[in-house]
Amino acid sequence: MIDLIQMIVNGIAVGSSYALMGLAMVIIYKTSEVPNFAQGEMALISSFFAMMLLTSFNMSVYPAFVLTFVFAVILGCFLEFAILRRAKEPNVLGMIVITIGIEMILLGFVSWKFGAEQKTMPFPIGPYDSFIIGDIFISKLEVLTLVAALLLMSVLYLFFKYSKLGLAMKATQQNSVAAQIVGIRTNRILMMTWGISSLVGAVAGLLISPTIMHPFMMWDPMLKGFAAAVMGGMTSLPGVVIAAYMLGIIENLFGGYISIEFKTVVAFVIIVFVLCVRPSGLFARHYVKKV
Amino acid sequence: MDMKRDYYEDVQLMSSPVVIFWFTALIGVLYFFPLFVGSYYVYVANYIAINIIVVTGLNLLVGYTGQISLGHAGFFAIGAYGTVILMAKAGFPFLLALPCAAMVAAGFGFLLGLPALRLEGPYLAIATLGFGLTITQIIGRIELFGGRDGLHAPDITIGSWVLDTDKEFYYLLITLTILLLFFMRNLIKTKVGRAFIAIRDADIAAQTMGVNILYYKTLAFAVSAFYAGIAGGLYAFVLKFIEPEIFTLLMSIMFLAMVVVGGLGSMLGSIAGATLLCWLDLKLRNILDIPYIGDWLENLSKHWFSITGVSNIQYIVFGSIMVAIVLFEPLGLYGIWIRTKKYWRTWPF
Repeated sequence: MIDLIQMIVNGIAVGSSYALMGLAMVIIYKTSEVPNFAQGEMALISSFFAMMLLTSFNMSVYPAFVLTFVFAVILGCFLEFAILRRAKEPNVLGMIVITIGIEMILLGFVSWKFGAEQKTMPFPIGPYDSFIIGDIFISKLEVLTLVAALLLMSVLYLFFKYSKLGLAMKATQQNSVAAQIVGIRTNRILMMTWGISSLVGAVAGLLISPTIMHPFMMWDPMLKGFAAAVMGGMTSLPGVVIAAYMLGIIENLFGGYISIEFKTVVAFVIIVFVLCVRPSGLFARHYVKKV
Repeated sequence: MDMKRDYYEDVQLMSSPVVIFWFTALIGVLYFFPLFVGSYYVYVANYIAINIIVVTGLNLLVGYTGQISLGHAGFFAIGAYGTVILMAKAGFPFLLALPCAAMVAAGFGFLLGLPALRLEGPYLAIATLGFGLTITQIIGRIELFGGRDGLHAPDITIGSWVLDTDKEFYYLLITLTILLLFFMRNLIKTKVGRAFIAIRDADIAAQTMGVNILYYKTLAFAVSAFYAGIAGGLYAFVLKFIEPEIFTLLMSIMFLAMVVVGGLGSMLGSIAGATLLCWLDLKLRNILDIPYIGDWLENLSKHWFSITGVSNIQYIVFGSIMVAIVLFEPLGLYGIWIRTKKYWRTWPF
C-alpha cells in the first residue's frame, strides 16, 4: 500500500514537469496552431542562461531568476518575430520543420557553448532535500514543481478566460481575419503568446535543472509534455494538466508493477491508443472538417 | 514549361530522349566511379545511396500522400535488425533476408497507417514519433536482438560471390538503389500514385471520386516502411555493427529534413536532399579539419565557446538549412533547380 501511494506521489511529481512543458506548448498551439518542437530547447537555453548568471557572473539567486525570465520572454518574442512570422503560406508540415530547425539551432548552440557534459545548477533547493510524511518521501523540488504547475495553470486559465489580452488570443486562434477587423493586432498577439509560452517553459527548465543538467535534458520532458498536450486535446489548459498527471502516474505504476524497462515508452503507447479512440484528444471537441 | 498535353505524356517515365541519355550516362558514371577513387569515397557513396532509398520512401509518404512521419528510424531499425537476425540466427541467404525484413517493416507500416487514418497534423506527428521511440526501446531490451550490446553483421554471400569490401558492396547497393528508384517512379506514374496525390491535395474530394482512403493511406505507409526497411537492412552492412542507440529520434528528424530540403513530392529532390545533407553530415563530423574555416572556428571556440562541444556546430548548420528552406524556398532544392531551368531556357532573351 505504501508502495502504491509512493508511486502515485512520484507520478504526480514527474507529471508536474510534463504539465509545465505541455502548458507551454498548448499556449502556442491555442493561438497559432503551431506544434512547437523547439519548446524544450527554448527552456534549455533559458536554464543555461540562469546557470551562466549564477556561476560566471556570481549573481545572487533571485535577480538571476528574474533576469532569466526576462531573457525567456525576449527569446520567445524574438523567435516569433524573426522566424515564424516570415513563413509564407505556412502549413502544418512547414511549421513542424521550422520549429525542429529552431530546436536544432538552439541545441547546437547550447552544446557548443557549454560542452556536452553534465553540469550542476546552484539552485537554492537541492535535489535531495525532501519532506517525509508517514512513510512517503517527496522532495521539496517536486512540491515546488507541483505548486508551480497548478498555479500557472490556474493563472493562465483565468487569463485566457477573463483578461482582454487572453480573449484577443482566443479570437486570433478562432478567426484571425475577423480578429483583425475588430482591431486586434494579430501579429503582436502571436509574439506575446510566444513570449508567455517561453516563460512557462523557462520555469519548467529551471525546476528540472537541479536534478539533471546537460544539453539533452529537455528532450524527455518536452516529448512527454507534447504527448500530454496531444492527449489533453492541444487546446484545453486543464486538459493538458490532467493528462500530464495521468501519464506520470500510469508511467510510474507501470514501472513499479509491470516492467521498469519499458517505463519510458508506455506514455507513447497510451497516446496511440487514446488517439485511436478519440482523434482530438480526451478534453477537446472534435471538429469535423467541412468541404 | 512542364505542361502535360495528353495522358501518355503524363504517364511516361522519362520525358524525352535527352533525359534518357543523361540518365544512362549517370548510371554509367555511377558504375565506373569506384575504379578511380579511394575507399573512403566509396563508403561515402554507400552512405548516401542508403539515405536516398529511405528518403525516396519517406517522400512518397510526406510529399506525395501528405502524411507526416517522425518515426522512420523505427522502420529503419526493423529492417536492419530483421536482416541481420534472419541471416545470423535463421541462416537465410542475404537476398532473401533483406526483402523478408523489409516486409516485416511494411507490416508495421500498415499497422501504423491504421491510426493515421483518423489523425492529422500534430496528432499524427506524436503518434509516429512515439512509434519510432518505442521500437528502439523494445529492440534494446530483447536478448535475441543483442540487447544494448548490439549485433555484428555477418558477411554477405550471393551464390559463390563473397562481398567483403566496400567496393563490392557498392555494386550491389547501387543496383538495388537504381531498381528501387525506378520502381518508385513507376508507382507514382500509375493509378496508385495518382490516388496518393489526390489524397494529399484533398482527401474528402478524393473519397468522393472513389479513391479508397483506407486502402491507399495504409498502402502509402506500408510502401514507405518497406523502403526504409530495405535501406535499414543495407545500412547494417555498411556499419558492420548495429546497436539500438543508432536509431534515434534525431535520425527520423534527419530523414524528414532531407525530404523537405530536397523538395516535397519530387524524386530528384529526394536524391539531391539526401546527397547534400549526408555529405554535410560526414564533413561536419570533423569540422576542425576543414581548411580555413576549421582554424577560425577553433580560435572562436577557445575564446567564446567550448572546444569540446565544437562538433555540435553541425546541429546549427542543419537547423539553419531547415529553417531557411521552409522560409525562402518551400519547394526545396528541386524548386531552385526548376527556377534555374526556367531562367536559362529563354537565355539570352
